[in-house]
Amino acid sequence: MNGASVTIRRDGEGAVLELAGRVVMGTLHLIEPGLRRAPSGVPVVIDLGGVAALDTGGAWRILELRRTLEAEGARVEIVGADPHEAELLDAVARSLPRAEGIEEPPRGLVPWIAGVGETIVDLGRTSIEILGFIGLVVARAGRTLVQPGRLRLTALVHHMQEVGFNAVPIVSLMAFLIGVVLAFQGSVQLRQFGAEVFVVNLIAISVLRELGILLTAIIVAGRSGSAFTAAIGSMKIREEVDAMRTLGLDPIEVLVLPRVFALILMLPVLGFIANVMGLVGGGLMSWIELGVSPGMFVTRLYETTDVWHLGVGFIKAPFFAFVIGVIGCYEGLKVEGSAESVGRLTTASVVLSIFSVIVIDAVFSVFFAEIGV
Amino acid sequence: MSGSREAVIEVRGLVNRFGSQVVHDGLDLDVYRGEVLGVVGGSGTGKSVLLRTIVGLNRPQAGEIRVFGRDVLRASEAERREIEKRWGVLFQDGALFSSLTVLQNVEAPMREQLALPHSMMKALGELKISMVGLPPLACGKFPSELSGGMRKRAGLARALALDPEIVFLDEPTAGLDPIGAAAFDDLIGQLQKSLGLTVFMVTHDLDSLHAICDRIAVLAERKVLVTGSMADMLKVDHPWVHEYFHGPRARAAMA
Repeated sequence: MNGASVTIRRDGEGAVLELAGRVVMGTLHLIEPGLRRAPSGVPVVIDLGGVAALDTGGAWRILELRRTLEAEGARVEIVGADPHEAELLDAVARSLPRAEGIEEPPRGLVPWIAGVGETIVDLGRTSIEILGFIGLVVARAGRTLVQPGRLRLTALVHHMQEVGFNAVPIVSLMAFLIGVVLAFQGSVQLRQFGAEVFVVNLIAISVLRELGILLTAIIVAGRSGSAFTAAIGSMKIREEVDAMRTLGLDPIEVLVLPRVFALILMLPVLGFIANVMGLVGGGLMSWIELGVSPGMFVTRLYETTDVWHLGVGFIKAPFFAFVIGVIGCYEGLKVEGSAESVGRLTTASVVLSIFSVIVIDAVFSVFFAEIGV
Repeated sequence: MSGSREAVIEVRGLVNRFGSQVVHDGLDLDVYRGEVLGVVGGSGTGKSVLLRTIVGLNRPQAGEIRVFGRDVLRASEAERREIEKRWGVLFQDGALFSSLTVLQNVEAPMREQLALPHSMMKALGELKISMVGLPPLACGKFPSELSGGMRKRAGLARALALDPEIVFLDEPTAGLDPIGAAAFDDLIGQLQKSLGLTVFMVTHDLDSLHAICDRIAVLAERKVLVTGSMADMLKVDHPWVHEYFHGPRARAAMA
């Protein structure tokens, strides 16, 4: 028998409720309508004689029934339970939660406004914390420059391979495709004016000045910034960071500096690779689409593109690298408690570092435009 | 004696290898209905691997595992789900879902397996949490806000959410203070009696073995070396078993 049933039988003054079958969590919905019909105000006998199986869910429902009936002033008796069932009923009765649940969080306008206020205060506090963290990293970096022996060379090289060398394929592919797209779109537009040959200027200036380094920074933020947060965050959860502190190791020096230095050293290299690949992609597409031969492409590149365009791109690289590294490590060190917090802060780290990179890029654009480079 | 008892778990000829390292080689084990079986063994003898293999988290290279008489290694997806409803697992540190509150953790298996109205699920969840001895206040807390002992209790409440017939416990008292460990032993014993559970417990805790285990299985030399009661263990003259049950800690536990 897989179901459960309830029969209500009038018995003189009172009533007898006969439960039968498997009174378990999965069948509670079958007996629920029957239990609701239980008469109130008269003595009730709950007969478990026909119960084949009882679990805590069933026991809980029977005790709930007894409680509601007794609250209405009826006398309730439970009969026919075998020793095992009686023991279960006892155990459940003993541990029925007494206190009334958990209070619901307050709703309404005032808590909402309070929530907004808290968020803003948090935001301010986070900014100050990040500023403090940047200061700390700069101070430690300064000490490392004075005493180069303190630099963890192995870790630095390891991270250089992680963030630099291993990112070469994805960065190259990305830059190559950007070059192709620029050449293609540019040629379509410039052809209308018969100015196809200026596609070389378009590609060279946009790739060297902006896109090469900016897109590389965005990819690195997504790739390495997130990895920094996740790695340091997991170490934080497993108390490895605390262990370092007790051993007299400075987490900033051991964890943060090698990562930040590796990024500062490798991002310009990746940016350079991206520049080259962007030009190759653009050149190839110009050749196919407009018939600008590689020789002509290179010649026009020499003639029209000032070396400062390259310089402007490269000046930005270390700043991007520093920001990505510091934000990635900062968010990682902020991880607390649960695995979920690693995920949340990794997302925050990527979003914040990409946002910062774009803001810095905009600031540099205005700056270079003002000084006329 | 064993002929009259129903074996709910039967392991036959189990072989587990990781690369060149052989963990189990022809391991046999029976767990009978309604008993508390303690599995002991030195570090690296594959106690946890055995537990993980039985609950299907690790696929063995060879052998047969029958739970409730059904071959779990060759069962269909639907059959496995049916069997999984009938057991609960408590992992070493509770393995609670860190993004859910304790109450939501306990409700998770109910939500997945049963079609219960929300209010009933909440009431049953609170009942389970109270049964494992946690205060009602703990319901709304997140696992990271609980102490280690409370996390284990919450993990046990989740393992018991569906009223399983078998409960697997992986070192339930490890990392608890002696008072907390004794209370947890008591709790398991009580629940085992009132809910009629079969308990498969991996443990190192001689006090637990002594207090609540009906039978002990010793893992050594890549198989179950001996099984039997505490009294039987004391008579075994295998060097490791002798050392384990006659060492200074064992004497203290039995005093």
